Amino acid sequence: MNRVAAVITATMLLIATTGPARAQGASVEDSIAAYREMLADDNPAELWEIKGKAFWAKKRGPKNASLEACNLGLGPGVVKGAFAQLPRFFADSGRVQDLEMRLVSCMIDLQGLSRAEAEKNHFSTDNDASDIEALSAWIASESKGMPIALPQSHPKEKEAYAVGEQLFHYRAGPYDFACSTCHSSSGTRIRLQVLPNLTEPAEAKAIFASWPAYRVSQGTVRTMENRITDCLRQQRMPMADYGSQVITDLTVYMGVQAAGGQMAAPGLKR
Amino acid sequence: MNPIRKLSLVLAVIAVAGCAAPQVGSEASSLDARTAAALASSFTGAPPEWLQRLVQDDVQAQCSTARGRPSGDVAGAIVLSQQAALKYPDSGLMGDWKNGEKIAQSGVGLQFSDKPGTVPGGNCYACHQIAKAEIAHGTIGPSLLGYGKLRGQSEAIQKYTYGKIYNAQAYVPCSLMPRFGHKGILNEQQMKDLTALLLDPASPVNQ
Repeated sequence: MNRVAAVITATMLLIATTGPARAQGASVEDSIAAYREMLADDNPAELWEIKGKAFWAKKRGPKNASLEACNLGLGPGVVKGAFAQLPRFFADSGRVQDLEMRLVSCMIDLQGLSRAEAEKNHFSTDNDASDIEALSAWIASESKGMPIALPQSHPKEKEAYAVGEQLFHYRAGPYDFACSTCHSSSGTRIRLQVLPNLTEPAEAKAIFASWPAYRVSQGTVRTMENRITDCLRQQRMPMADYGSQVITDLTVYMGVQAAGGQMAAPGLKR
Repeated sequence: MNPIRKLSLVLAVIAVAGCAAPQVGSEASSLDARTAAALASSFTGAPPEWLQRLVQDDVQAQCSTARGRPSGDVAGAIVLSQQAALKYPDSGLMGDWKNGEKIAQSGVGLQFSDKPGTVPGGNCYACHQIAKAEIAHGTIGPSLLGYGKLRGQSEAIQKYTYGKIYNAQAYVPCSLMPRFGHKGILNEQQMKDLTALLLDPASPVNQ
């Protein structure tokens, strides 16, 4: 898979760098868009979806139970449309949870796993696949075409949005970076990568709708937790805990900004 | 005291200080306190020496509150304080543009994924067009192509250029550009080499 990823990445760079008017930004971006379109009908994330669906029904843990009774917010076992309304507040945990933290809760409560077991390999490596990446791909695909509609009625959901907005603009670290450094103006790039303006609803919709996503450069499906952890790494922040409040609140901020967008995950990314 | 508690305390003190400021309402300060609490609880697996990075200096806090657009008074105060903190080399501001090009290309340094001791680069191409040959350049910052050709190499221009790399906020308050000298990201020689990349008539920037 990694060799395939390398070849595709090289192809992408070739397309990006051999356009007819190569020094002009717009044509570079057009080439990248053309590359994405070329691959869009053939998203390798489908393999993760198949695996995730099987994993949902698989019995495991001390309680020898599947995840089929897991409540993702729309009632026990309801998967269709659930992802388009996450993160949300859950009364049983007393917390606002994203899909990944909800899955961890269900693995602990329904299957009897320890937190460490439930979170094991949450971000896959070359040697270890991730159950959570596969589950995320499948559960997200079950919300395709549905409007993004994170609930904002519970006080904790409102608080998550408000704190998320503060965190989005929080400059810190040796580079003075905040999320807003790269994601609050439209049409700019880092190197050749076009940056979405997440304060602009139209752009936030397209981005929020496309995670989790198959990442060509990494040869696997990556989740929003992974994406934000990596943004914070590039901001020169410390490594955030898996399922940390900072990540949840930033996800809520983005999701509420993206309200009304049409879910299209798993997406396909560089 | 363990580092997390210490950080909570530091962040709590900032939140309380915000409370005391007359322009901050109680709603805003309680939101600041909750934001500080979120930060204090979210990095428990990180090495203690990294947690200081979450604590804002005055300029970071002012620019965050202002969402990057400070009012006239705040903007003026930032420029004055950052101007006052500028430091120049004892002699010469122009280094070697060839090294400067390497520094401009390098995006490593100060990330938790970097090996300890990695020498940070400037990563200038991430945001700026610089030499014409490098087409994989970002557009967050202005194009610097022809920078020295347009401005010449006078001592005043050298000083301005070095100063801008050292601390962009001495000129543009709440600039998006890292304060490479002020925050100790790049050393003096690296900043001199970057100054040369922009100003040396032989540099590809000025061809």
